[in-house]
Amino acid sequence: MYYGRYLLRYLQNEILVLPSRVIVLVFVASLLAFPLISQDPNLLRMLIVTALFSLYAVSWDLLSGYTGQISLGHALFFGSGAYASALLSSHLGLPPYATIPAGAAVATLAGLLVGIPCLRLRKHYLALATLAFPIMLTGLVLAFPGFSGGEGGIWRIARLTSTRIEEYYLIVGVMLVAVFALWKVAGSRVGLIFHSIREDETAARALGINTVRYKLFAFALSGFTAGMAGALYAHSSAARIVAPGVVLSLFMSFQPVIWTIFGGAATIYGPITGVFILYPLLDTLNVVIPKYRMLVFALLVLFILRFMPHGISTWIRDTIERVCPSCQVRNIATRQACRACGVELRHMQP
Amino acid sequence: MVASILVNGLVYSGVYAMLALGFGLVFGVGRVLNLAHTAFYMVAAYGIFYFASTGFGMPLAVVLTTLGIVAAGIAVYKLFIEPVREMEATVLIATLAVAVLLQELVLVFFGNEPRHVPPALSGFTQVVGVRVGNQEMVTLVVAALSLIGAWFLLSRTKLGLAIRAAAQDREVANLMGINVNQVTAIVMGLGLLLAALAGIAVAPLFTVEPGMWMNPLVIVLAAVVLGGLGSLKGSLIGAVILAFAEVSVVFLVPGGSYLRTAIALLIMVCVFFIRPEGLFGSSIAEER
Repeated sequence: MYYGRYLLRYLQNEILVLPSRVIVLVFVASLLAFPLISQDPNLLRMLIVTALFSLYAVSWDLLSGYTGQISLGHALFFGSGAYASALLSSHLGLPPYATIPAGAAVATLAGLLVGIPCLRLRKHYLALATLAFPIMLTGLVLAFPGFSGGEGGIWRIARLTSTRIEEYYLIVGVMLVAVFALWKVAGSRVGLIFHSIREDETAARALGINTVRYKLFAFALSGFTAGMAGALYAHSSAARIVAPGVVLSLFMSFQPVIWTIFGGAATIYGPITGVFILYPLLDTLNVVIPKYRMLVFALLVLFILRFMPHGISTWIRDTIERVCPSCQVRNIATRQACRACGVELRHMQP
Repeated sequence: MVASILVNGLVYSGVYAMLALGFGLVFGVGRVLNLAHTAFYMVAAYGIFYFASTGFGMPLAVVLTTLGIVAAGIAVYKLFIEPVREMEATVLIATLAVAVLLQELVLVFFGNEPRHVPPALSGFTQVVGVRVGNQEMVTLVVAALSLIGAWFLLSRTKLGLAIRAAAQDREVANLMGINVNQVTAIVMGLGLLLAALAGIAVAPLFTVEPGMWMNPLVIVLAAVVLGGLGSLKGSLIGAVILAFAEVSVVFLVPGGSYLRTAIALLIMVCVFFIRPEGLFGSSIAEER
């Protein structure tokens, strides 16, 4: 009873006061309740892939949005996670609950292996060096077709669960938990250090921060998250096949960048907004106008970025909410006075 | 074997050098990492295919294609890239969207099947005892002439001086009375002129298909950073190194056509281990 009242008060005072928090609450609730409304296998498949890709996009945001180490080869982590779990599953017959952590571990290792040589590189050099790694892995995969399946990829990977509803809840659950954990990390001291490395690495070093350690941590964490998404993708009913032309392609590397920049970089919710808008859109266009789907997609991205260059979620947030100039607390844009300190907000138009 | 490596290596070097020079110029002056650069090269190859098949005659077809590409490029730059030029990641995605847009437009108009363009000159010539295709010679001559032309423009004209000044320091160039935005648009046009000429030159040699921009893009990016971002001499040398590496892998390693890009990129990464700023890049981190 006490906890119920506490929860209600928390809901009223902390969540309902800000439209962005209401949106997040409604989003999570509707994601969890979706199978109650519709159990259409195609819709469920689309949402499963969307959830996996949002995990993948968040991992890019953590490395490139927060820490500023722009990675154009993020497919390396997704692909090594997917390949490691698919190979373990098909060659050794290990069950998914063993291969998925193994895939994530391999991707973490890949993150460290890429991160160590890349510590010396700055900005554009780093972006273009990372671009090289998934292409080199593709060359390796194609060079040993007997072991890796070559261009055709690996078929008949063990399924995650027997029914699609179970799979939906498993993947959406993993996604929500992982994203919440990453959101906590990004909001903590570590997240602040990531921001400082992006803004001015020399200054961060001068303040006594071991930037090498934090950059490697960002690489490893990002690799782990992307590898987990990749391994889950390999076992999900959405994929059923792991081929270099899909999981290691140039487009796979660019996709998280598109989603994150479209949604808003260096915010954990930005990439999720981006994926949940763009991926279902692309999927729908694929059904409605298959011939023009990428055309419409590219035009949409181009125009959104032209008019909202900081990303769509940042633009929405700045439109519906306002920061109090004296105490930095966020308020709904319609409020007359700040909810924390009572300063009048009306004349504080930006 | 050695002869074919040499001839093919030179052809690829010429093409990559033209693409890398244009890409490097746009990056140097505008600080724009233009991922759509090789997409324009692909469109140019399709342009020459289209005009050649409708029977305009080669010279007119070349002029129409290059003019179209340059005009389209400057329009795209003014409309979509210049307003967001300050935000690096946004520029990256905007140019990528332009590349995908061009690929899809080509798919809609020409379909997915690979196309072939008839060579401007068919047959072979004996050069020092080696049979060299005439079309290869034409491609090489076009590449050499465009590179010499670009060098002449950059080092001997007033516009070239303005371009080099803007590449060295945008703000100071602006203070010296150079219209930096206009120079950037001109450089964009110049870079795409080189890309269009490269596309026209290789159209008879390669199969023309909508996905043909991906591989050159990766190699050009690698060549430009290998030579050192902002160094034009470096990007040309980087293009030659990567072209010969690619061609030798294809000819010497069994199954090498799968590995060609991987090996070229491996060379780039190895250079980074030794010199993180590329072969000819400046070692001082200059903030501009």
